[in-house]
Amino acid sequence: MRNREPRNEDLIKGMTGDWEIVLGLEVHAQVTSNAKLFSGASAAFGAEPNTQVSLVDAALPGMLPVINRYCVEQAVKTGLGLKAQINLRSIFDRKNYFYPDLPQGYQISQFKHPIVGEGEIVIDLAGGRSEIVGIERLHLEQDAGKSIHDLGPSVSHVDLNRSGVALMEIVSKPDMRSADEAKAYVTKLRTILRYLGTCDGNMEEGSLRADVNVSVRRPGGPLGTRCEIKNVNSIRFIGQAIEYEARRQIEILEEGGKINQETRLFDPKAGETRSMRSKEEAHDYRYFPDPDLLPLEIVQADVDAIKASLPELPDDKKARLIAEYGLSPYDATVLVGEKATADFYEAVAKGRDAKLASNWVTVELFGALNREGHSIETSPVSAEHLGKLIDLISDNTISGRIAKQIFESMYKTGGDPAEIVEKEGLRQVTDTGAIEAAIDAVIAANPDKVAQAKEKPSLAGWFVGQVMKSTSGKANPQVVNEILARKLGLSSDG
Amino acid sequence: MSVDQNTVRHIARLARIAVRDDELSALAGELNSILDWVEQLGEVDTNGVEPMTSAVAVTMKMRDDVVTSGNLQKEVTENAPGSEDGFYVVPRVVE
Repeated sequence: MRNREPRNEDLIKGMTGDWEIVLGLEVHAQVTSNAKLFSGASAAFGAEPNTQVSLVDAALPGMLPVINRYCVEQAVKTGLGLKAQINLRSIFDRKNYFYPDLPQGYQISQFKHPIVGEGEIVIDLAGGRSEIVGIERLHLEQDAGKSIHDLGPSVSHVDLNRSGVALMEIVSKPDMRSADEAKAYVTKLRTILRYLGTCDGNMEEGSLRADVNVSVRRPGGPLGTRCEIKNVNSIRFIGQAIEYEARRQIEILEEGGKINQETRLFDPKAGETRSMRSKEEAHDYRYFPDPDLLPLEIVQADVDAIKASLPELPDDKKARLIAEYGLSPYDATVLVGEKATADFYEAVAKGRDAKLASNWVTVELFGALNREGHSIETSPVSAEHLGKLIDLISDNTISGRIAKQIFESMYKTGGDPAEIVEKEGLRQVTDTGAIEAAIDAVIAANPDKVAQAKEKPSLAGWFVGQVMKSTSGKANPQVVNEILARKLGLSSDG
Repeated sequence: MSVDQNTVRHIARLARIAVRDDELSALAGELNSILDWVEQLGEVDTNGVEPMTSAVAVTMKMRDDVVTSGNLQKEVTENAPGSEDGFYVVPRVVE
């Protein structure tokens, strides 16, 4: 656990003084694989109930687990992405408990000897602040099946499709001090997993879920008793659950009460955490090494090969975007949030005005994608076309204003901006003769305004608007301004 | 190491085995004689000896990430006491 000076902004004001929140997270990340951790059944989401259940997953007598090599490699890859210690020898244990969605009567997990040891994550916070959060460990384990409680009045229905799917449990150190830090941690962890391709990070489908350990203490004082909020499945809910739980604990402590160490659930509808009525003895898991499985041994050469295949990770990419393209840390952080976004940006920015490219990607394109519920992968505007649009602005073929109009058309049709310019005749008019004629027409039609403009020079703006209107926005605004000022007798030098 | 009747009751509960109170004493005796026997193994000095995980020096077999099983809905649910629409059906597990 890192020693951190409490920040005033993070403290919660109670009736009896300030309180500091201490947070640690256990994130369950489903390994992206075709088959399950110890069986040949599919790990895909959303199939008909119990159609992806092998005899191993159903725990029929005599069935033996055989580990999926790819899942092991994915765990190692994730460990390397978290700059963590890789343990060449790790051991699978049985965690024993009874529940209908666990047909074996135990979960195969790693208890004393996990495959990955200590590492760290840099989290990005508001105002450019960053913090390091320690990783305690990462281990491989089986997911359980799914129980559905609302299909019958006195029964539960069980689907074992998820049973045996490979999970990575990633345990942080209790290094976070606010709901925002916990949210930033999950966001960053999810980004890293998606860059690595080891987990798709889909929280709606349950590929990524978090158990949040919350305790409160006097700033810098001894640690308080913690409560664990189980299975929170969105980043927003993680924040809400922490805010609620911290206040609940503070209220109890300030009234002279004691916190019971317990497992709680977050109810998003009510916005509160509730005690899970856990049965006595529920936590006596009686771990012991699984006699069906030998120790998991991997060789350093394989770890090195995986390391050599790692993609550029978000922190490195961010540093490179700042250095190579002169982006602000804020823009760079936004762009590296998804690998696909950063790739898109780089394709647009290559050989062009990097800042202009960043504005078009993060403001215009993101704005449109968000409005329409698209992602960068389904963007109707390709990086190639957006790049061409920027070229047309840079070489003065079109004005920035027309560019926005063309962008809308590109977004609707997926068309090439150069073709749209030609087809719709949107080329910027820089021919002073044509612009002069348009200005003369506006002046001739509005003699009263001309007189007023001489008294009130700010009326020139109205003339610019009329000229732009009569030229369908194609006149080069700079040229219009110059000629208009001269004609109205407003220019300082004319 | 030895176990008392409360420990036996606890272990039975964890294993979901129904044990009557009048059986506890006899079971505690049996378990204790097993534990006594295991205790004798503690006399062997195993300092610095790695735990043996296999009688022969083999590494764990691994499988490729290929789907080789599935679509056994009928087979995996047919031995269950209850099933419906492809689901296992069990007594309700939440209130």
